[in-house]
Amino acid sequence: MAQPSKTPVVFAPWEDETQKPIIQFKNVTKRFGNFTAIDNLSLDIFEREFFALLGPSGCGKTTIMRMLAGFETATEGTILLGGKDISPVPPNKRPVNMMFQSYALFPHLSVWDNIAFGLRRSSMPKDEIGARVDEMLRLTRMEKFAKRKPHQISGGQRQRVALARSLAKAPKLLLLDEPLGALDKKLRHDTQFELMDIQEKTGTTFVIVTHDQEEAMTVASRVAVMDHGKLIQVATPAAIYETPNSVYVADFIGEVNLIEGNAKKAGGDKYEVSWAEGQAALRGSCPREIADGTRVTYAIRPEKVAISADKPKDAANAIQGTVHDIAYLGNISTYHVMLPTGQVIKAQESNTRRLANRHFTWEDKVWLSFTDTAGVILTE
Amino acid sequence: MRRFSWFNATSLTLGFTFLYLPMLILIVYSFNGGRNVAIWAGFSTKWYGELFRDKAFLDAAWVTLRVGLMSSTLATILGTMAAYVIVRGGRFKGRTVMSGMLYAPIVMPEVITGLSLLLLFIAIGLDRGLVTIVLAHTTFTMCFVSVVVSSRLVTFDQSLEEAALDLGCTPWDAFKSVTLPIIAPAVISGWLLAFTLSLDDLVLASFVSGPSSTTLPIKIFSAVRLGVSPKINALSTIMIAIVAFGVITASLINKRSVTKRLRDEQEAAAS
Ligand SMILES: Nc1ncnc2c1ncn2[C@@H]1O[C@H](COP(=O)(O)OP(=O)(O)OP(=O)(O)O)[C@@H](O)[C@H]1O
Ligand SMILES: [Mg+2]
Repeated sequence: MAQPSKTPVVFAPWEDETQKPIIQFKNVTKRFGNFTAIDNLSLDIFEREFFALLGPSGCGKTTIMRMLAGFETATEGTILLGGKDISPVPPNKRPVNMMFQSYALFPHLSVWDNIAFGLRRSSMPKDEIGARVDEMLRLTRMEKFAKRKPHQISGGQRQRVALARSLAKAPKLLLLDEPLGALDKKLRHDTQFELMDIQEKTGTTFVIVTHDQEEAMTVASRVAVMDHGKLIQVATPAAIYETPNSVYVADFIGEVNLIEGNAKKAGGDKYEVSWAEGQAALRGSCPREIADGTRVTYAIRPEKVAISADKPKDAANAIQGTVHDIAYLGNISTYHVMLPTGQVIKAQESNTRRLANRHFTWEDKVWLSFTDTAGVILTE
Repeated sequence: MRRFSWFNATSLTLGFTFLYLPMLILIVYSFNGGRNVAIWAGFSTKWYGELFRDKAFLDAAWVTLRVGLMSSTLATILGTMAAYVIVRGGRFKGRTVMSGMLYAPIVMPEVITGLSLLLLFIAIGLDRGLVTIVLAHTTFTMCFVSVVVSSRLVTFDQSLEEAALDLGCTPWDAFKSVTLPIIAPAVISGWLLAFTLSLDDLVLASFVSGPSSTTLPIKIFSAVRLGVSPKINALSTIMIAIVAFGVITASLINKRSVTKRLRDEQEAAAS
């Protein structure tokens, strides 16, 4: 019986040498006075990408967006859009629309007129404008509020209007600065899928800023983790999650247990990390070469740590500890296990059984175990 | 709320008496039936009737009105433009000096402004008349408009303009369809202020007016030199009414838009 041998087409233009990026940042630096907001940043974003910018407040996400939209000019370096330097192009001539973090809705216009604003300034015929606005209203579920002024609707509704307004013109490049932050979880999920759907249909390139890493993981083709105006890592959500390149990224994305120790080669890309007296070394992998004795951090995600009453026979890593705390989160529970060294390691278990008869309780002696491929060794 | 004390009551009464007693006397005597302005001879509106039959006064009123409308409109346009550049123009060389200079005419003695304008008009050979008064009033009231408009522009959210540009507006289109409608209350109250100032200006007008273009304040001033007639009282009362109306409306418009904005912001914050 022949297996269908269809290899799925993976969308990864950044791995393809022949692909031309739609946006290129070339050694871009942006200073406000003597404060450096963006520090020598180089970045390629490709057509049809859903590119997420992630980072702490004040790291320069909005500044990147504003440079793309044309409200700030780079102090040094060049930004190319479709291969052309965009610095001389004024904002109204760029095929770019931006959704502002502050929404920037026009207070003197109704919701309907806000959404129609950009369309009226395009070559779109009048009757099509109406249809397009209605479509946007439907998409963002704002049909009922079309006649209201921005100050007569709630914060989340305002955010949806701002989103609708930026989507209306269907630009080549859409910049969304925290587009969904004020929405409740369900509406946020729905809108995320709507955005992905729009992206699929229209082939628009999205650059999205978000504080919600789960959102970045859901929608993005690639994620850029930033800190202090620098890119720390740019990779697919899976790569960022599974193989973060630094402690900063590992810590920023999702929960992680970090254990410091000294590395020692164990063949291939495997290393052993001795982390405490009298404890077995932790085995993990690192794609980079590490010299023996280097100070490293062993990173392991809580959901990759198994918890058991008896020592598992063939686990690559096993540590004993006592249950210190249990956080019940509905579908999962997080056990905080204190090691003899005083360090607390988190282990996550999904709650397949009822709460009443869960295995472990406070002060239980337990074993934590994980494979040698689950743990990542970080040098930075 | 502080408690009301006798001291406060006395100072309030004294202050307001000082301010408004002269005007009150003028208004009361404009309804005096007798010819002598100092002796009350019963209530009558006959001086108002007589005023409206006096062609010289009517002509002066017509000149004043036209000057007021033209100069305040011109001053509003120029003043708004100046305010916009000062607040929005970014940091250009000499901005601080320029914004300071824009407000200098407010504190400049009017006599000096009037004299310098007169010299200018003579130098360029412009005959004194309606046009020169309009120009003089525009110069003088424009800075007041600037003050009112720029204080509104300072609190105007610039990202609104950016959003307009982002959606395809040219800078002028963005100003016209976003900025102007939002700052309109300030512009209107600036216009009213300019109109009122133009209406009651005597000093500038007497420097730059010609024989064919006498404004009401000049007319009143010269008439009074020949003796105060009750007709002047009537005319002055009308002018007080118009000026009061202008000033009160301007401040109401401004206040309403401010409270509305505050309310909107609070609603926005609460939701
Ligand atoms: N016009 C400006 N003048 C001076 N400093 C500025 C200006 N705009 C931004 N900055 C500074 O640049 C840095 C980056 O700002 P930016 O708005 O890009 O942050 P952000 O990553 O979007 O943060 P957040 O997540 O809070 O929105 C901040 O430290 C900010 O104070
Ligand atoms: Mg921001």
